[in-house]
Amino acid sequence: MELTKQKPKRRTQHVTHIARSGKDRAFDIVNYGFAILLILAIIYPLWFIIIASFSNPSDVATGQVWFWPKHWSLKGYEALFNQPIIWRSYLNTILYTGIGTLFALLVNIPAGYALSRDDLLGRKWINLAYVIPMFISGGLVPVYLTVKGVGLLNSFWVMIIPFAVSPYNIIVARTFFKQTIPASLWEAAQVDGSGTFRYFFQIVIPLSKAVLAVVGLWTAVGIWNQWFNALIYLQDQNLQPLQLILRRILITNQQLAGNTTGQLAAELQQLADMMKYASIVISTLPIMALYPFLQKYFNQGVMLGSVKG
Amino acid sequence: MAMQAVQTDGALRKAMKKKHRKTMLRKSLPLYVLLLPSAILLLVFAYVPLYGLVMAFQNYSPALGVFRSPFVGFQNFIQYFNSYQFGITLRNTLYISVYSLVVNTPLPVALAIMGNQMRREGFKKTFQVISYLPHFISTMVMCGMVLIFLSPQTGLVANLFHLFGAKLPDLMSDSGAFAHVYVWSDVWQNLGWNSIIYIAALSGIDPTYYEAATMDGATTWEKIRNIDLPMLMPTIMILLIMSVGNLLNVGFEKVLLLQNPLNLAGSEIISTYVYKIGLQNFQYSLSTAIGLFNTVINIILLLGVNWISKKTTDTGLF
Repeated sequence: MELTKQKPKRRTQHVTHIARSGKDRAFDIVNYGFAILLILAIIYPLWFIIIASFSNPSDVATGQVWFWPKHWSLKGYEALFNQPIIWRSYLNTILYTGIGTLFALLVNIPAGYALSRDDLLGRKWINLAYVIPMFISGGLVPVYLTVKGVGLLNSFWVMIIPFAVSPYNIIVARTFFKQTIPASLWEAAQVDGSGTFRYFFQIVIPLSKAVLAVVGLWTAVGIWNQWFNALIYLQDQNLQPLQLILRRILITNQQLAGNTTGQLAAELQQLADMMKYASIVISTLPIMALYPFLQKYFNQGVMLGSVKG
Repeated sequence: MAMQAVQTDGALRKAMKKKHRKTMLRKSLPLYVLLLPSAILLLVFAYVPLYGLVMAFQNYSPALGVFRSPFVGFQNFIQYFNSYQFGITLRNTLYISVYSLVVNTPLPVALAIMGNQMRREGFKKTFQVISYLPHFISTMVMCGMVLIFLSPQTGLVANLFHLFGAKLPDLMSDSGAFAHVYVWSDVWQNLGWNSIIYIAALSGIDPTYYEAATMDGATTWEKIRNIDLPMLMPTIMILLIMSVGNLLNVGFEKVLLLQNPLNLAGSEIISTYVYKIGLQNFQYSLSTAIGLFNTVINIILLLGVNWISKKTTDTGLF
């Protein structure tokens, strides 16, 4: 009786509430204090980018902006959105992300399912064939020559097709199917006269929304942030994704705006800086805004990927 | 007589096995169809380029192709080993990656343990979710942020230094500072994310261990040392093996973006050199040879660490 009464409702570590010693309390103070410092260290740079993007350029440059926008201004955004290439590349990124994610799911999820089945003949060797590319690669030049050889250089599809297969995501899917889809279900489906394809598309897939979400999100973030493949495979500016245009603004510091008459070099540099802040906001906001709603799927993905098997 | 029985038995088993294989194959056919799209892509874009590794031993010319380009043995490797870039790229690669390994192995463990000790569930959740957040910033934006913040005239850090009457040196033109900038910006971005796996491992620990320790009067610190750390050890080892196996694969994209002519002495690593030699200078063979050298070292390291770990802690990847 006593025991059941003491049982905690939630599963917490410190079930028994013996008075905590002074040492423990000191630990807690240090622990929470340090955690708050860490939170600030993570949040503040992000917050600063946002407020700086809405402030007056010279105030940002001279260190007048600390916690709140100063002399509210949208100059950075104006300069950014006046560039047609920004709109074009933003659209490209959305297309690459949408189509590329769909394509990757179509390729990787069925593979993960097939590899999860114990009755797949030659499973061990096929598994090995999917894992080897994680460790050995032909290298930059041979891959480049192959992509060029199949005629994908400077094509929309180079961002979709060549790198769609992800052994890592296939392993994630395989682990998921192994853990959640019982073998008895397949036996029952066979008794009902269902073939593999019907079983996979009508029964397994509806039960696997979690892994679709995990793999889909991983892929989407990967494509959204991709730039190096675009750099080496896409010379045509109209095909380039947003991240590659960001490179000009953020890294190589090229002036996108051609008109420089009458403006001082310092003023131009300040405007370029404002465009940097604004471009970070517009490119990162979509992912950051969705993140709190989706983060449980991301975490699930890490766990599925870490299970050996 | 007995011999014969055994023989027929063996033959029978063989026939059964054959039949079994046949039904297995028939049953597997639809599964092969499901594998087909990924298998084709993998074949074309991962396995065919492996053939290109032959280029490392040739004096490759695009006009002649892999089939007719002359073989030169290890000449490309020797050319790299003798070049003055060899020492710089190898040293920078090892320095940045070992530095990163030494910092990025213990910190996520510490962060997971910190979170695990918080009994205010709301605070703990907020702390963890915020710590994962920077992981989703793209490499491009991350490098942009580093450059903006560290700008010696107008950057946030420079302004912060200014408040205290100090002057921020120009870190991005200092080859000696490159590794610090690289590693610590990486910590900022990925510390929380890297801790997820340890958080999960900690939540799997049987609570009775803690209860027993509390009964015996153990302090929080003693519980961490004697319960949490030993329980996390296998996970730490596995992740360590994987990172050592990737030791020479330093974040290529990030290094390439943070590089500039002034810090090149501290920032040129093997993979960025492979890129420049191959796709900017079009020395295909030399580039492939250097890339192959990188891969081989990685595999040796992976197998070596795996072997050591198996001997000492009984945990290994394979």
